[in-house]
Amino acid sequence: MRWQPAEVSAVHAETQSARTLTLRVEGWAGHLPGQHVDVRLTAADGYTATRSYSISSAPAEGELEITVDEVRGGEVSPYLVRDAAPGDAVEVRGPLGGWFVWSPDSIRPLQLVAGGSGIAPLMSMLRARAAAGSTAPARLLYSVRRPGAAIFAAELERLAAPGSGLEVTYAYTRAVPPGWPRPAGRVDARLLAEAAWPADRSPDVYVCGPTGFVETAADLLVAAGHSATDVRTERFGPTGSTS
Amino acid sequence: MALISRGFSGRPRSDEPDLPPGQYLTSDFPVLSAGPTPRVPLDTWAFTIVTEAGERHSWDWKAFRQLPAEDLTVDLHCVTRWSKLGTSWRGVSLDTLLEDVETAAEYAHVRSYGGYTTNLPLEDLLDGQAWIAFEYDGEDLAPEHGGPARLLVPHLYLWKSAKWVQGLILTPEDEPGFWETAGYHIYGDPWREQRYAGD
Repeated sequence: MRWQPAEVSAVHAETQSARTLTLRVEGWAGHLPGQHVDVRLTAADGYTATRSYSISSAPAEGELEITVDEVRGGEVSPYLVRDAAPGDAVEVRGPLGGWFVWSPDSIRPLQLVAGGSGIAPLMSMLRARAAAGSTAPARLLYSVRRPGAAIFAAELERLAAPGSGLEVTYAYTRAVPPGWPRPAGRVDARLLAEAAWPADRSPDVYVCGPTGFVETAADLLVAAGHSATDVRTERFGPTGSTS
Repeated sequence: MALISRGFSGRPRSDEPDLPPGQYLTSDFPVLSAGPTPRVPLDTWAFTIVTEAGERHSWDWKAFRQLPAEDLTVDLHCVTRWSKLGTSWRGVSLDTLLEDVETAAEYAHVRSYGGYTTNLPLEDLLDGQAWIAFEYDGEDLAPEHGGPARLLVPHLYLWKSAKWVQGLILTPEDEPGFWETAGYHIYGDPWREQRYAGD
C-alpha cells in the first residue's frame, strides 16, 4: 500500500488536549467505519515519524478526519494537536484494518463502549450510521474523566435526538456534572447492565480506549454473557501495570 | 524524498537506536488484542502439535513445565510501530517441542485459546528462533500479555507471537490466520517492513 500526500485542510479544537484535523487526499476512496490510517511526518532533514490514528469522520471521498489526543512527551501528537495548520503537508497510508469495522448494512443492535479518545473510531460508526439512515438501534457508553473532557459532546447530543435510535450514556470517572445521578466512578457491571444492550439482544460490540479501560470493559461484557467473538476491541497506550 | 511537514522536527536523532524502518522506541509494554482477554485455567491448559498426518503431540501444564526452559532477552517489534528492546522471557524452545515430531510440512498454523490464529513457515520456528514463553520479566506471564503461555517469535512482527497459544497444526500449505486474513502481511518481517498485504 502506497503513501499518499495529504493536505491539512482544517483543524478544530475538540477539548483542551484533543483536536480534529481534516486531511484532503487526492483519490481517497473512503473507508470503513472503525478503520485507521498511518500518518507520516517528515522533518526538513528527511527524518520521519509515523503513527496510526483512527478515522473519526464518516466515510467520504477525497477527505478524512482524524481526532488526536495529545500524548505528553510524545513525538507526533503534540505536533498534530498544537502546530499543524491548514495548508501543511503530511503523508497518509490507508485505510487500514479489517477487523474493528462496522457496516451500516448491519441490522443487529450496535453497542459502543468508549474510553477517552477511544471515541474516535466509534464516532465514525455513529456518523456513518446517521448518514446511511441505518435503523440498527445503537447505544454508546462513553467514559470520560470529567464533563469538559468529552469529545464530540454537542454532536453526540444531536445524533441521539428522539427518534434517532441512538442512546448515549456518560460515565464520569473523576468529576460529574451538577445534579448527576451517579457518583464519579469507573464503568462497572451495574452501569453496564443499565446502559448497554443485554447479551440476549446479540449486539455487535465495539470497545475502544486505553488498555486498562478496554480490559475491564471487555471482561465485564463477557461476564454479562456477551460472546467473546462478538466483542471487538481496540486498545492503545501502556498497560498501566509494571514496566 | 518525501514531502516535508512544516515545523516538524522530531526527536533528537542521536537518541535513535537501531530499529526496523518505521518503528519507534517505547519503554511501555502496550497490549494489542482483537477481543476480550481469555482466562485459561492451568488445570485444563494443553499445548498440542498436530502433524499433516494427523499425529498429535500434547503436553499438559505439568508436562510442559518439566521440559527444559531457557532464559532469553529479545527485541519486540509490533506492527502498530512500537518497538521494545531487551525484554526478558523464560520459555521452552520450539526445537524442544518439535524434537520428536516427524513432519514434512512447511508451514505452521498457530491456534490460540479464544480463537486467534496466525501462520508462519515452520523453519521460522526452528533453530533457536521461537519459544513458548511462560514468564515475562521474572513473573508469570500476565493474561493480557498472553498468559499462561504465548508463542514468541521475535524476528517477526509481534502479531505472529500468538498470545494464549493452544497449539500448532503443521500443514503443507500456508493458510492465512486472523490478521493475515484482515489485510496484514502473510510473513511479517519488520526489517523488510512487511506490515500489510502487498508490502
